Amino acid sequence: MTGAEFVILSLVPLVIGVLAAIACALPGNFLLLRRQALIGDAISHVVLPGIVVAFLLSGRVAAVPMMLGAGGAALVSVALIEAIRRLGRIEPGAAMGVVFTAMFAGGVLLLEQSAASGVHLDVQHALYGNLESLVWLDGHGWGALVDREALRGLPPELARMAVVTLAVALFTGLLWRALVISTFDEGFARTLGLPVRALSLALVAVAAMAAVAAFDAVGSIIVIAMFICPPAAARLMTDRMSGQVAWSLGFATLSAVLGYVLAGYGPLWLGYQSAVSAAGMIATVAGLILALAALFGPRRRGVAAV
Amino acid sequence: MLWQALGLGLGYNATLVTLGAAMLGIAAGATGVFLYLARRALVSDAIGHATLPGVVAGYLVMVALGGEGRFLPGLMLGAAVSAGLGLACVSWLAARTRLHEDAAIGAVLSVFFGAGVVLLTVVQVLETGRQAGLETFLLGATAGMLRAEALGIAAGGAAVLALVVLLRRPMVAVAFDSEFAAGQGVNLRAVDLAMMGLALAITVVGLKVVGVVLIVALLIIPPVAARLWSERVSVIVALAGAIGGLSGYLGAAISATAPGLPTGPLIVLASFALFTLSLLFAPARGVLAAGLRYWRFQRRVHLRQGLLALASGYPVHDPLTLRLMRRQGLVRADGVVTPAGRAMAARARLDERRWHMLRSLPEFEAAAARHDGLSPLSEVLTPDQLAALDRRLGPEGAL
Repeated sequence: MTGAEFVILSLVPLVIGVLAAIACALPGNFLLLRRQALIGDAISHVVLPGIVVAFLLSGRVAAVPMMLGAGGAALVSVALIEAIRRLGRIEPGAAMGVVFTAMFAGGVLLLEQSAASGVHLDVQHALYGNLESLVWLDGHGWGALVDREALRGLPPELARMAVVTLAVALFTGLLWRALVISTFDEGFARTLGLPVRALSLALVAVAAMAAVAAFDAVGSIIVIAMFICPPAAARLMTDRMSGQVAWSLGFATLSAVLGYVLAGYGPLWLGYQSAVSAAGMIATVAGLILALAALFGPRRRGVAAV
Repeated sequence: MLWQALGLGLGYNATLVTLGAAMLGIAAGATGVFLYLARRALVSDAIGHATLPGVVAGYLVMVALGGEGRFLPGLMLGAAVSAGLGLACVSWLAARTRLHEDAAIGAVLSVFFGAGVVLLTVVQVLETGRQAGLETFLLGATAGMLRAEALGIAAGGAAVLALVVLLRRPMVAVAFDSEFAAGQGVNLRAVDLAMMGLALAITVVGLKVVGVVLIVALLIIPPVAARLWSERVSVIVALAGAIGGLSGYLGAAISATAPGLPTGPLIVLASFALFTLSLLFAPARGVLAAGLRYWRFQRRVHLRQGLLALASGYPVHDPLTLRLMRRQGLVRADGVVTPAGRAMAARARLDERRWHMLRSLPEFEAAAARHDGLSPLSEVLTPDQLAALDRRLGPEGAL
């Protein structure tokens, strides 16, 4: 494959995949330690009805209304979970299970009933995205990276994902100390005067933002895998929080790159014509990394926090 | 059309499918109760998603062996194998590494599903131009289901239900207090394995109807809804079965009325509707009952405080209190206290004094613990005890 072909077909999906993986893995580290790992799973299910409703109201597949719809749906789901938990005195895990399956079912039904399924949205797309379709038609070679005309033709998902990743990184960097302290010892954080509840809400909100942006670009399967697998593998490598985050970013990047390359070129090496799903392969590679870490990671046993 | 479908009037096959879905719902609801009580409801989400690679691999193997590929029992066998593998991964990660069960669930769910998606695209690569139709397993479909398949699903559901009934006692014991159960000689590992095995079995049976993504809902929503109605396990299991069965019946029947109505989501939404009804109208834990309880409590507090104020000769200004006392004929419209009101106020004051005395006496410690500032003491003590208390109160004790 020539350089020009690589730039047109693979560069942008690769970069978007890496950005999405990093944006999800960063908050995933904290969610994992707070035992809220399944929030990513819940968010990526509940945004579907929001996105479909946004499409039905605005009538087009555009980023802003869909992000708004997804954000609205995430808020509705949080309110619903809280209401069910409080009103019915139901344990949080089960309340979450009730809400996210019901909202996802509602989203699927809306999708099938509306014209949306025929146009651009469909359930498969929502589940495993379409990373391969984000090609850069103007990318005529490596020189295009400095060519203003060609840069204008970049898929809009790239800029959006980059902005969100930057925002997530800024959030984590600026609130690092507060996040770490409130994650490990909430009581101590409270005595220091840290706004513990607000921090925890902000973390979930940032996770939701990352999930929605990544969902838009790469589908929900990567979102769930990247929220959990790289941080979980990193947790088995080290006891230090900064080390864990660094490992998780490395694992996330490795999964995205290796997964994309294996999906795109693996079948060619084996003599087949077309590629397999990149999103699925990225999730699979992340799982293999986790399996290796669970088998050989230096800190794999440790003491589980009570 | 809808009434025809609900009355099972849409032909032999649709009727079979609807009854099969109902049987599936009953079994799933009853199984889910034990997972929910053991606080492991979300494990079934991992089981559900982990079936996907097995389904596709089963298809690939059957095609490689020269078969048709869409033979349902073969696909179900593949699903069971990969879901079992996923379940083993969850237990292994949670037991042998420092990761918690929720992280293990999320990891297995996403990785197995991702692998399944990769295999799905492999099928597309191999079968250029021909659709294998395996995508229907994502969200479930009953359209074009064969008669034998519907019967198989109903039979599978019935078998799981029978096992649940058989194993209910040890499963309840472990769900409520696993240490006590172990002390009673229950084999915890075996019971846990049985519980997860039943969840796995119902997932595999329901795959074709509800789909890998949503099958978890059948194991979670009916038990949670049933839990709102009762505190007794036997009642909860029966109710969860009923709610699950009704959801399966309604979802499959409605889905048969028109194209573009996927079965899985409809079954889930039907069970969510039943859950919402339960949340609103359940007798003890329902929202309506809680509201009613609050309303009654507020009125009792206001009336009591109003009476005590009257007895001490203070004026009552609170509008709600005044309204309540007027309605009961304790106060006239112009604010003057009626004889009935005066008598009741005196009784309230006496009750307050009795409580005060009671709480200072050590021999009434048990009764004093029931002081809530509202219940009259005559509801707590026997007439003899009351008389004894009144003697200690002296002249104040005479009404």
